[in-house]
Amino acid sequence: MPAHFTPDDVDQIAELARLKLTAEERALFAKQLADILAYAEQVQEVDTRGIPPTSHAFASPESLREDQERPGLNRDDALAAAPDANGEAGLFRVPRVIGG
Amino acid sequence: MTLPQTAVEIRRAIAAGRASASEICEATLERITALDSLLGAFRTVDSERARRRAAELDRHQNDLSGLPLLGVPIAIKDNICTRGLRTTASSRILESYLPPYDATVIERLESAGAIIVGKTNCDEFAMGSSTENSAYGATRNPWQTDRIPGGSSGGSAAAVAARMVPLSLGSDTGGSIRQPAALCGIVGLKPTYGRVSRYGLLAFASSLDQIGPLATSVEDVGLVLSVIAGHDPRDATSSRDPVPDFNTDTSADSLKGTRIGVPRALLREGVDSGVLAAFDQALAVLEERGASLIDVELLHSRHAIPVYYLIATAEASSNLARYDGGRYGVRADASTLMAMYEQTRGSGFGAEVKRRIMLGTYVLSAGYYDAYYLKAQQVRTLIKADYDTALANVDLVAMPTSPTPAFPLGERIEDPIQMYLADVFTVGANLAGLPAISVPCGFTAEGLPVGLQLTGRPMDEATVLHAAAAYEHVTPWSREIPSLVKNAA
Repeated sequence: MPAHFTPDDVDQIAELARLKLTAEERALFAKQLADILAYAEQVQEVDTRGIPPTSHAFASPESLREDQERPGLNRDDALAAAPDANGEAGLFRVPRVIGG
Repeated sequence: MTLPQTAVEIRRAIAAGRASASEICEATLERITALDSLLGAFRTVDSERARRRAAELDRHQNDLSGLPLLGVPIAIKDNICTRGLRTTASSRILESYLPPYDATVIERLESAGAIIVGKTNCDEFAMGSSTENSAYGATRNPWQTDRIPGGSSGGSAAAVAARMVPLSLGSDTGGSIRQPAALCGIVGLKPTYGRVSRYGLLAFASSLDQIGPLATSVEDVGLVLSVIAGHDPRDATSSRDPVPDFNTDTSADSLKGTRIGVPRALLREGVDSGVLAAFDQALAVLEERGASLIDVELLHSRHAIPVYYLIATAEASSNLARYDGGRYGVRADASTLMAMYEQTRGSGFGAEVKRRIMLGTYVLSAGYYDAYYLKAQQVRTLIKADYDTALANVDLVAMPTSPTPAFPLGERIEDPIQMYLADVFTVGANLAGLPAISVPCGFTAEGLPVGLQLTGRPMDEATVLHAAAAYEHVTPWSREIPSLVKNAA
């Protein structure tokens, strides 16, 4: 585990997280993330050999249901909040992904 | 004539024809107009929607008189979806978002006769303990306006504490209902994980999030819980357990036979002396009411803050991936899809949200997953096991809700770790999934409210509410009103 974060480390995480950061944010987060992880390091003191992880406090309740059609959001409502959509075709529009 | 103030009083008065929903609604809107410019508790007030709804309830008053929240105004935290009513989670990225559907809790409140008057300010995506992380400015504490109201449901707490509305909803991932309730001198309940549907709550950390009520009395909090609790097929984690009637007044009943655990060792460090004094007095009152106090040990809870922040940020980094400028919210102009994502998220999210997404992305990334995320989940098991052991022997665990009273605006905003420590006594109930309430238990020497937290067994909100009501019944704290509010009246 890195004892500190360089701005380059921050860039790598920011890329994974799809976040464009400013120069000030890069420097600030490098320091703050290092501080927070140093603080969190105390969990390593705890002996957890043989202890299973908990992802939810309780086992999920029985949640299977009959595979029946049920009403959902209608298409116009679903598209209404989009920054860019083609209502007629029923599509969200984004910058081109494939090809030029 | 003085209008009724609490939800229970308002419902009774309207059902009996002693007041109309419209009168109550107008009085509520007037108080918001008079006070909210000083406090900033609301993000959006929809007075037309509220008036229309009140008039409709009044027209059908005869048929509706049995409804549990008939004509009762309520404010909703801005991270809970309200169809057609702007919902921003106090983020720029959802600046003008109009949800196409209602959260389940909204449907249930409206079916019960409640009037939604508006949306309340919070830390962006509920990430914070002071409401200073709102992209639209901080909310102020009604007791001292140079102080924070707590967070992240700070607007919901301030709106109720200032008597602008009798009720509000908040969400609680690590203390976000209980801590602001404590710091604003009101009652706030985080139900058991799964007790209330999360459908329509903008997800922060899905294994910890829970919606719950804030009010000026334990009775009102129980009333709202009875309305919003219960299974919902749209939330696979919502419990199928039967919902008892939480709206029963047992405040005069003794606490004889109730065993209350106190984790003394956990309270030895870092607790404000005024908070500790109020807490000790509260324990004495509980004892006078018949409860027995028993020492319990929550050994692993001293690691609860790092465990919480490792798990919550990991879940957040995944949940917040959906805000990418594609289907809703604002979009930054860019020529490629990747640039669109990065610029939309870079400019749309505030500093704390970005910090948490970064931390969560890091702890989930290859090479660090075992050391941080898996380790935190293992310690979560131990924290929960400590509660299970304690609650096998006692009915409730008592702690101060917050280690300090409300701190000055700006004091901790540059120091994330100090801010995170505000949640030291509240995150345990989220990690273990337990119901917990904060009820007012006095004031510090500087006149700031202190909250008593009672945590119960899974699905046993009834015992939590009963003990809190019995305590409230013989203490004056819930009825204290900030001078700012008295002067405005």
